[in-house]
Amino acid sequence: MKKAMINQAECVACGVCEKNCPRKAITIFHGIYAQVNENLCIGCRKCERVCPASVIQVVQKEVAS
Amino acid sequence: MKKWYEYLWIFSAVYMISGFFNILFAWIGMICFITPLLLSIIGKGKIYCNRYCGRGQLFELLGGRLKLSSNRNIPAFIRSKWFRYGFLAFFMTMFAIMIFSTYLVYNGTNNLKEVVTLLWTIKLPWNWTNTSAVSPWVAQFAFGFYSVMLTSTILGLITMFFFKPRSWCVYCPMGTMTQGISMLKYRGKVK
Repeated sequence: MKKAMINQAECVACGVCEKNCPRKAITIFHGIYAQVNENLCIGCRKCERVCPASVIQVVQKEVAS
Repeated sequence: MKKWYEYLWIFSAVYMISGFFNILFAWIGMICFITPLLLSIIGKGKIYCNRYCGRGQLFELLGGRLKLSSNRNIPAFIRSKWFRYGFLAFFMTMFAIMIFSTYLVYNGTNNLKEVVTLLWTIKLPWNWTNTSAVSPWVAQFAFGFYSVMLTSTILGLITMFFFKPRSWCVYCPMGTMTQGISMLKYRGKVK
């Protein structure tokens, strides 16, 4: 499964990813960084494309079934 | 259904234009300084950036919908802590100098200078507004504050053009401050 991964140390918490996520899988944690709900993320790369700081990468993730 | 706050870009656009007609409208821009700080102080995080920032919406519209952005990745150093806090420090220094020159006019040491300073260096004569209805210091602050707003809009437009539409948000001093306040407020909760 592909999932969005956020470099939270360099995230500016601007909220562009949250706004653009079609699955509402991203939230901004107390104005500090964005976080992804991996149960909702479908790896569509929209957040990766819009992130002004380029701190999001969609990567292959092993999902425990 | 679009929410009311998704139209705040209109406010930002009208604000920037209004300064060309009457510099005193610059004072309204204080809303964009005080609101984000208050919201983060009361624990709302960066909700101003996330929802209500008209300037961010304007960049999204110009760079995204109107395709005026080249959508390239921003250089990594711009999102680094030293650059963001460095830019904030520089910005605050310039702001303090602006406040001081307002004080000098209030004090009577200096006369009102009807100029808008672009990028902290280029002085544009801006003398078509009759500001005699207000005290000179009120007008001086308006010129200084509008200089800050116009300069940052231009910087934002330049980075919007070269990088992603909302590149300004990466180094926006207000954004750095509200994130800093949120970090202090919620330091125990961060993973």
